Amino acid sequence: MKAAVITFPGSNRDGDVAKALKQAGASVAHVWHGDHELPAGTDLVVLPGGFSYGDYLRCGAIAGRAHIMDATRAHAARGGLVLGICNGFQIACESGLLPGVLARNANLKFVCKRQHLRVERNDTAFTSAYAKGQVIDVCIAHGEGNYICDAETLARLEGEGLVAFRYCDAEGQITAEADPNGSLNHIAGIYSPKRNVLGLMPHPENLIDGLVGGTDGRGMFESLINGRKAA
Amino acid sequence: MKARVTVTLKTGVLDPQGKAIEGALKSLGIAGVGSVRQGKVFDIELADTDKAVAEETLKAACEKLLANTVIENYRVEIGV
Repeated sequence: MKAAVITFPGSNRDGDVAKALKQAGASVAHVWHGDHELPAGTDLVVLPGGFSYGDYLRCGAIAGRAHIMDATRAHAARGGLVLGICNGFQIACESGLLPGVLARNANLKFVCKRQHLRVERNDTAFTSAYAKGQVIDVCIAHGEGNYICDAETLARLEGEGLVAFRYCDAEGQITAEADPNGSLNHIAGIYSPKRNVLGLMPHPENLIDGLVGGTDGRGMFESLINGRKAA
Repeated sequence: MKARVTVTLKTGVLDPQGKAIEGALKSLGIAGVGSVRQGKVFDIELADTDKAVAEETLKAACEKLLANTVIENYRVEIGV
């Protein structure tokens, strides 16, 4: 598994996600946003968390138009894997890789806390190491994670099984109280139609070491590696 | 030539910032405020002096970057 982690000006989780990928067994190349090409043989492009361009204009708006995003869109169109985490999810939406927008949290607060998620399906390259319906304990840290899209898009996401994760409580109940930002249908992450692009607000890369609070995030990186081995 | 682009949230899109500002205005005792929606204004200096060309340029700028048309509308005024 060859992963390319893109660094935009203001990315700050590129090192953490690289560590999570290496722990799972991937080789990681760091790629600058101004580059025009991905390294040859790239299987997975990661758009990491952070505050690209200081969240100027709209979160992810300027990064979404970076040169490397042309190569990333071409990679996704060929069926290549793309993972956007937090600011990376915002960038994926702004660049047209995924539909919808991450708007200001409904309660206007920046939320930084542990958060339970329900894994909606485990037959994808990103989630095969989890069980369907499994509740995982990860972290969130964002001010603009309120997922919004038009009614038609929402119906398509739900109808085609493109919701990857939903916010839930420790028992897996999907409730308004468990939703930290007001997202439509409590959506925490979505797939592209072919499920080769995943965007999610929470940070699985934070929870890969028991020493810092848990290992529920490892499953995503292990899924990516295992999928590659099987292919 | 100068131009002004105004970007506003579409009707029905939740605007928590506008709501907070509305609440603040009311708490200041400013009477008669019904509701507040927050938007963005871009003042742009254009090299071109042809109005039709400027309109095309600004439309492209809005569609490609300045507005996210999923949730936002934009308005272009030229020669302001």
